[in-house]
Amino acid sequence: MTKSHAGAAYRPTGPGRRPSAGTPPGLGYDRIMVTLSRSDVEHVAHLARLGLTEDELTLLEGQLNHILDQYAILTRLDTEHIPPTAQTIELENILRDDVAGPSLSADAVLANAPAREGEFFLVPPILTERD
Amino acid sequence: MAGSADLTRLYAHEMAALLRAGEVSSRELTGAHLDAAERDNRGLNAWLTIDRERALEEADAADARIAAARGDATLAETHPLLGVAVGLKDLVSVAGGQCTAGSRILEGYVSPYDAHITERLRDVGAVILGKTNMDEFAMGSSTEHSAFGPTANPWALDRVPGGSSGGSSAAVAAYHVPLALGTDTGGSIRQPAALTGTVGMKPTYGRVSRYGIVAFASSLDQIGPIGRDARDAAALLHAVAGRDERDSTSSPAPVPDELLALPSSDDEAITALRGKRLGLPREYFVAGMEPGVEARVREAVAALEQAGAIVEQVSLPHTEYGLATYYIVAPAEASANLARYDGIRYGPRLGDGDVLSIYLATRGRGFGAEVKRRLMLGTYALSAGYYDAYYLKAQKVRTLIKGDFDALWAQGFDALVAPTSPTVAFRFGARMADPVSMYLSDACTLPVNVAGLPGISVPCGLSEGLPVGLQFIGAPWSEAELFAVARGYEGLTADADWRGLEPAELARAADPATPSPARHVEVGAA
Repeated sequence: MTKSHAGAAYRPTGPGRRPSAGTPPGLGYDRIMVTLSRSDVEHVAHLARLGLTEDELTLLEGQLNHILDQYAILTRLDTEHIPPTAQTIELENILRDDVAGPSLSADAVLANAPAREGEFFLVPPILTERD
Repeated sequence: MAGSADLTRLYAHEMAALLRAGEVSSRELTGAHLDAAERDNRGLNAWLTIDRERALEEADAADARIAAARGDATLAETHPLLGVAVGLKDLVSVAGGQCTAGSRILEGYVSPYDAHITERLRDVGAVILGKTNMDEFAMGSSTEHSAFGPTANPWALDRVPGGSSGGSSAAVAAYHVPLALGTDTGGSIRQPAALTGTVGMKPTYGRVSRYGIVAFASSLDQIGPIGRDARDAAALLHAVAGRDERDSTSSPAPVPDELLALPSSDDEAITALRGKRLGLPREYFVAGMEPGVEARVREAVAALEQAGAIVEQVSLPHTEYGLATYYIVAPAEASANLARYDGIRYGPRLGDGDVLSIYLATRGRGFGAEVKRRLMLGTYALSAGYYDAYYLKAQKVRTLIKGDFDALWAQGFDALVAPTSPTVAFRFGARMADPVSMYLSDACTLPVNVAGLPGISVPCGLSEGLPVGLQFIGAPWSEAELFAVARGYEGLTADADWRGLEPAELARAADPATPSPARHVEVGAA
């Protein structure tokens, strides 16, 4: 119901879980020591779809760099042969029968919508004609 | 029956006995708790909503169930929480009620359905008194990041109750409810329990279904109880735990009936400590720990030894990496989970123009400072070129941190004993200007979430007149054993002079002349 409306253009966390192209041999994880510039902070804010004020950007530039400095401790550990842990319990591939069940009515789902039209969420036009 | 003030001082298990004996009704109990919560809330701001009408309806329904069960002689089969009032952190969905998660971005949102744990509470006949205050999206250790003003600690009104479940812990400490539910992603149940002198448990990851709970960091979040003693908290965990197919991470592991069978006798409870092998992790006595906190924890350890527990110094060598690991994993997962707040389907829609402008305005103005900080961290950590260096690296270190604990379980330790928080409750504003100082509040609790383990905080005395928490950490699915150890420690200290003390400034919270903690909202705000 919503797919042609809000969802299409919305990729809020940027490139997401795409792995990097790879770290050059020998450099290890030294890249974790990176410092964020003002334009980096603005870029990340855009990826996160956060409209920030100039004051917020200034404050965050300092705070994020301070926090990133704390992350540098991890470079002390050689983890090349350590497998990652994404979750801690041994459950995997929880499947259920593909059977439709009861769900909320359209009215119940739309009751919180800031703008609606009939059985749809109302948003400004996503696709416009090119000039 | 005694005056209504006395009813609020009862433990839930005492209420259960009186309800079954017909000596008090749920309506009387609920009314007494509503009166206390409404009277104190201006001074404490522990509740975001108190739903008197609905709570009394639920109380009447509970009274009817008790009468019916008495009629057909099935009282013994009813759950001990039947007719008992509980509070819910304001990120638990209750159909038809608000669910703000402490955020402006969910202001006005009305839950269309019940969370799994809400359904479970209805099944056992508990009475939902209202929704408690919290740090926005559970990000924080003080409730100062609530968009609706901070909660005050009933032990000292100029200090925080811990967080993020600080409304729940303050409400329980202030006798507004015997029990409340919170969530714990890095310490958000145990640290506020420690700072308010209450009992709080974070169960094993997967023990309680999170269906209908506002998500923060999905590989870490877990729901758990806060109460005034181990028996009550265990009963609440028993009520809400168990497999739910709507949360595929909830475990089919059976919920132990022992949670409802903790000994009422102190002597019997103490017996359970004999021969228990407890590890004392040296890394948890961190730099910056207050001497008074360390003294109380070491006294508690000595008492456990005297009762026959075998305490051995142990090492969790990767503890110092916990904070950095957590503050990569949690914000990264949060940045994905909080993408849904876009002003399209629910919540306020701010800004005008195209969709991007709406996203930027709604999220930029709807989220508070701490949430924005973490969304920035998480988005950065997951962005192209940095995934390996941050998120993948943190997941690998997570393996090492979990391995530290696994090695101790393999050596046969029954539990670990440690401080919960390195400090007692701190003053409003003390950690707001420096986010890293706030993050360090959870140095002793967040490795437990990173490893997915159960942990419980119990009060172990006072330092400078403020409560200190003692933490027990167990192997996966060992909640019943942890509660037995916690109950044993309660038995050991049943006669301690601090046991009978009520929060020192509770009476002042009830005084209409006491200003609201909302005045602290600007203190050091970043």
